[in-house]
Amino acid sequence: MSSIVKKDATKRRSRLRPLLALALLVAPGAALADPDNLVEITRGKALVTAGDCVACHTAPGGTPFAGGLALQTPFGAIMTPNITPDSTTGIGSWTADDFARAMHDGRRPDGTRLYPAFPYTYYTKVTRADSDAIFAYLRSLEPVSNSVNRSTLPFPFNIRSSMAVWNGLFFTPGEFKSDANKSEEYNRGAYLVEGLGHCGACHTPLNAFGANKADRYLQGGVVDNWTAPNITNDAQAGLGKWSVEEIVQYLKTGQARGVIASGPMKDVVENSTAKLPDADLKAMAVYLKERGAAGPSAPSPVAASDSRMKFGEAIFVDTCAACHVRSGEGIPNVFPKLAGATIATQDDPASLIHIVVTGGQGAATATHPTAPTMPSFGYRLSDEQIAAVVTYVRNSWGNAASPVTADTVKTVRGKVTGAAD
Amino acid sequence: MARRLPRKDVAIVGLGWTGSIMALELARAGLEVVAIERGPWRDTATDFNIGTAPDELRYAVRHDIFLRPRQETLTMRNNSSQAALPIRRWGSFLPGNGVGGAGSHWNGQTWRFLPDDLRIRSHLTERYGAGFLPEGNQIQDWPMSYDELEPFYDKFEYVLGISGKAGNLKGEVQPGGNPFEGVRSREYPTPPMKQGYSQELFTKAASGMGLHPFPRPSANLSTAYTNPYGCSMAPCTYCGFCERFGCSNYSKSSPQTCVLPALVREPNFEARTECEVTKVNLSGDGKMAKSVTYIDANGEEWEQPADLVLLCAYGLFNVRLMLLSGIGKPYDFSSGEGVVGRNYAYQTGSGATAFFENVNFNPFAAAGSLGAALDDYNSDNFDHGPHGFVGGASITNAYTNGRPIMYRPTPRGTPTWGSAWKKAVRDTYQRVTNVGAQGSVMSYRANYLDLDPTYKDQLGRPLMRMTFDFQPNEIKMANWMAERCEEIAKAMGAKTTQLNRLTTPWNVVPYQSTHNTGGAVTGADPKTSAVNRYLQSWDVANVFVMGACTFPQNAGYNPTGTVGALTYWALDAIQNKYLKSPGALVQQ
Repeated sequence: MSSIVKKDATKRRSRLRPLLALALLVAPGAALADPDNLVEITRGKALVTAGDCVACHTAPGGTPFAGGLALQTPFGAIMTPNITPDSTTGIGSWTADDFARAMHDGRRPDGTRLYPAFPYTYYTKVTRADSDAIFAYLRSLEPVSNSVNRSTLPFPFNIRSSMAVWNGLFFTPGEFKSDANKSEEYNRGAYLVEGLGHCGACHTPLNAFGANKADRYLQGGVVDNWTAPNITNDAQAGLGKWSVEEIVQYLKTGQARGVIASGPMKDVVENSTAKLPDADLKAMAVYLKERGAAGPSAPSPVAASDSRMKFGEAIFVDTCAACHVRSGEGIPNVFPKLAGATIATQDDPASLIHIVVTGGQGAATATHPTAPTMPSFGYRLSDEQIAAVVTYVRNSWGNAASPVTADTVKTVRGKVTGAAD
Repeated sequence: MARRLPRKDVAIVGLGWTGSIMALELARAGLEVVAIERGPWRDTATDFNIGTAPDELRYAVRHDIFLRPRQETLTMRNNSSQAALPIRRWGSFLPGNGVGGAGSHWNGQTWRFLPDDLRIRSHLTERYGAGFLPEGNQIQDWPMSYDELEPFYDKFEYVLGISGKAGNLKGEVQPGGNPFEGVRSREYPTPPMKQGYSQELFTKAASGMGLHPFPRPSANLSTAYTNPYGCSMAPCTYCGFCERFGCSNYSKSSPQTCVLPALVREPNFEARTECEVTKVNLSGDGKMAKSVTYIDANGEEWEQPADLVLLCAYGLFNVRLMLLSGIGKPYDFSSGEGVVGRNYAYQTGSGATAFFENVNFNPFAAAGSLGAALDDYNSDNFDHGPHGFVGGASITNAYTNGRPIMYRPTPRGTPTWGSAWKKAVRDTYQRVTNVGAQGSVMSYRANYLDLDPTYKDQLGRPLMRMTFDFQPNEIKMANWMAERCEEIAKAMGAKTTQLNRLTTPWNVVPYQSTHNTGGAVTGADPKTSAVNRYLQSWDVANVFVMGACTFPQNAGYNPTGTVGALTYWALDAIQNKYLKSPGALVQQ
């Protein structure tokens, strides 16, 4: 059967097999999904979707939840573990208490510490009831034997006990505390964003120790050489100009305000937010809009007369304008709008450079299945040319952001293409 | 020995326009659908990337996305007294290969046939008498009317987002559209493309002659569009890399832009690419298809059982698969009996080349279906009485491209190399335009498809043999059309013109048209048609056949619009009739 060519998307579909079918496929001896527990498993599946667990716990082309993705961190790559209920290579021997301790305290059953690449700093806010439901769902999966090398970090980061110090500095086990002055909807949104959704893990800058900077929560970060924009209510760089409905539309369909989710957010939308109930998306949007604006103030735009802008404009007209249009307005549903796009005006230009160098594909959802593609231009644009065109995009049509240097492009290019620095 | 796979509800042979539409709609209806496609998977993002897509040498000259003769070829002869020889390099027509099929590499001209085209035998007999029809013809009425097909033309055009101007909206003739067309229930989904200077001259000249020019209906979209499946397209940039290329700009309607993004999301759909179906296996009594046999990329043989088998390959290859599988009685030229292979037809091309002075036509600002057209000389829109032929042509002034390697027009008689050629290219490129006539080809007893007695493919199966030539009626018609084109070219202000007559005998070497029609035609009588009015095999009730192979004869238009309409028409019958009560939908 292995010779039968299957479309990737069809394979991916297997994640969505009806639960009953999943239950039937569980091997004898494994923790059988209890039919009486179907409600709990269904609830757990929804929570697993909200947490987008599959994104990290699946290797490229691998079985969902069987682990093996190399998660890049500033300290080296961490291979994500197998969380199917296989008793030797997965979490088949875990109890619900073990699982809750991992979620809440960041510890394995033997008490050793997990690395915060597993976002227990967020999951600590997940309730025990939700943790149990997630565990019930994971137990209902088909066990997959997939041994993952969990010791890929270089010295000294491979010493797990060092995490005790890290936790002492940056982690307080806690519970979600609702704000009595806010609506139930706001609090539901806060629970999802601050807990399972772990939005801040990407959308908050990291300090030198790889911990999210608490004082810059949701003000934007960089993950895997992609910019995760400011998602506070900041008018220039954040969601200030977005309505609650537009945020919901973006999370649900992958597109809003002419912007199309790409980079890691494509996966978040496709695997997680597009499948969440509208009420949860609205709650998250209400929370994000109401919790206020924060972030550095916007710089003045680089003058159109600046030589870098002129150089960049010439490249834009020649290479970009056929799709993104001379006015930066893009084409609805196909080519993203650059005028006013927050990704263009983040202080960190990683995403813009990244996508020009490597290209990338937009999110595909039921509403917008097309998933249009940005072609790669790294093969024909030099560091200087990319710096100029990115500077132009960041400072045209009302956009304003710091200019980008060829050295910055060179650094990002080296990271995203694997080329030597 | 083929290994048997678990049963599916529907097995689809070929994943181009017809296969992808059938797959999407039937998967959404809840059926388990597998599409088995000989060529590779292709999508816009990976295969039609702007960095590599406009590579004329790779795609246009070296035929990158076309079928290779080593995969499958035909033998060809002009008449049954000759011995057919294999086509070893595709020339006159270029079958597609891979997901998207010809729908990936087409130009995008998306026409409806005229109401008269669908009842042409009755119409011509009523108007001119039976004796007016050409000798040896097997011209047949279609078994469905234009009015019956109209909702399905409409559906196909809205999936594709076709750019055009209606000429007849609910019976009201519309200025700027084609006044000869059948009634449309609504306007085209998107407005017509912008026309160039040459089309301006054509439109002005033709109007001055009392003709009725209009913008050609185009699958190169004029504006952004999102279709009923949610698939989004961007406006055409007039880059002129359409025919022989995949569109990198999401601007040309194709299975890739219009159907596949929705189809790949369907959980009960599966595509098996680089898998060639070699046979449809029938039950002992030959009345039902049980399964299809296919060979995968590793050369392993598989049997895929299915309740419903849809032949959605390119028309010629549907016919061969029917012949190889014993679906329907093969056509026998000597007795005139049998239906599979009967009524093969093609397309005529003729016209006039017009050379101007002091103009810059900028042919590089082009698109596959950009252009102005007129239908005054098509079908039976004019009195054929004085002319002694039947049929007609759509007449068009257009640039599909001005590409650097293959678009090098020079006046006839110019040397083909050297400084005189270079000078002629320089002098001509900006100053030449063409008025072309794409004409109908009627069906004849002498033009047909059957299995070749001599040549076999690598699996030992006989190649299909094509016996075809342009008949006196078509030669007369096409050459009369060339004169009409020249009149228009002169009225446009051409300094000199050059008449392009139909080249005969038909020759496989120069490219002419990939509009091969017939061989498994639809009809009301099982003695003269292979499939009934719902494109269901008369003989094997769970086999439906899509594509231009079902055309009883060819009209003076590109076939894709009608192929699409027939697909939705057959789909409607499958969903609303066949699935409710499987069996023959038309009693014999």
